[in-house]
Amino acid sequence: MAEGVLEIDDSIFDAEVLKSNKPVLIDFWAPWCGPCRAISPLVEELAGEFGDKIKFVKCNVDDNPITPGKYGIRSIPTLMFFKDGNVVNQVIGIVARSKLEEVINKIL
Amino acid sequence: MKSVDYDLVIIGGGPAGLTAGLYAARARLNVILIEKIVPGGQVLTSDWIENYPGFPEGISGPDLIQKMTEQVKKFDLNIESNEVISLDLSDPVKKIKLSDRTITSHTIIIATGASPRKLGIPGEDIFFGKGLSTCATCDGPFFKDKIVAAVGGGDTAVQESIFLTKFVKKVYLIHRRDQLRATKILQERAFANDKIEFVWDSVLTSIDGLTNVEKITVKNVKTGDTKELSVDGCFIWTGILPNTEFLKDELKVDDYGFIIVDSNMQSSVPGVFAAGDVRSTGLRQIVTAAGDAASAVFSAEHYIENIK
Repeated sequence: MAEGVLEIDDSIFDAEVLKSNKPVLIDFWAPWCGPCRAISPLVEELAGEFGDKIKFVKCNVDDNPITPGKYGIRSIPTLMFFKDGNVVNQVIGIVARSKLEEVINKIL
Repeated sequence: MKSVDYDLVIIGGGPAGLTAGLYAARARLNVILIEKIVPGGQVLTSDWIENYPGFPEGISGPDLIQKMTEQVKKFDLNIESNEVISLDLSDPVKKIKLSDRTITSHTIIIATGASPRKLGIPGEDIFFGKGLSTCATCDGPFFKDKIVAAVGGGDTAVQESIFLTKFVKKVYLIHRRDQLRATKILQERAFANDKIEFVWDSVLTSIDGLTNVEKITVKNVKTGDTKELSVDGCFIWTGILPNTEFLKDELKVDDYGFIIVDSNMQSSVPGVFAAGDVRSTGLRQIVTAAGDAASAVFSAEHYIENIK
């Protein structure tokens, strides 16, 4: 498991994401998704940098169909940002680090 | 001579950029590769590559990129994650403006690739990521036992449509002509696949739904008739546009914005080269990108030798 990025499953989504007292960035991914593999080191880097202010988690959509279904995920990688249990932003596909930093700074 | 930061700056880290990096590092040039996102480019979305020599069983796009990246690291190529904002090519010493500083170089290889072209039809922006996609390997499994549309007739459209049939119940393959442009072996596989239904002579005119894609409208370009198709997803592979947003009009480009180069990969500005999908060419493959890049580095080396 990646350092600083917590792997979550459907059963702990509510506790770890919706009830988190910090904003949450959740990375929806799957092993078969090439771009997901490409973006995961970037998410880990950001976790190293912003980990004290934001909780970084990842969710394997293959093993956990309920959560992506609930949020209408039809494309991965999708990075979804939660604050106080609500979706405040999302980024679909591979994007530059600068774009993710921009979104992060907006929600902080 | 005033000091110049680099002999060569490579912009882009797909197959062309990584190959340029490999050749330049082995030539012991003072080189840096600038990649905006992560190395790989469009290849990352390719599920299976059967036409890159040396991999008789084929190889996935991400695995091929991983191998190319390992190879350049072996030769200590300096790769920086940064974005090129603009180029100043008015002097022989070129200035490359990055997000945090400006660097100078004798030569530049532009290997920024291309991105899927938009159709500019209603619904395209709204439904992106909500059933509309350009990446079958990313999103295909979300459409298990569903009906999807695929638009295009080239290699990518046909290969990815075949890939989609692993998951979906049916693919409508919509193409504006009455025959495919894809390479013959892919055509043979598509015609033999009973999950693919061809919609010939037709173009997509709109994408509709409530929150996700529910139906599309296609128009027959010969008869003018339109019809609606109920689909859960729609994949668009109708060509690409060059990634040249950092260029203004420094270089000569073709009608579609791809950089025009000579047989040595040199652009209209001496010392500035282009390789891979970003250059004006009739064939865009991983193998041609790699070939372009090797030529471009060879040309850059000659250019540097002549000015030093």
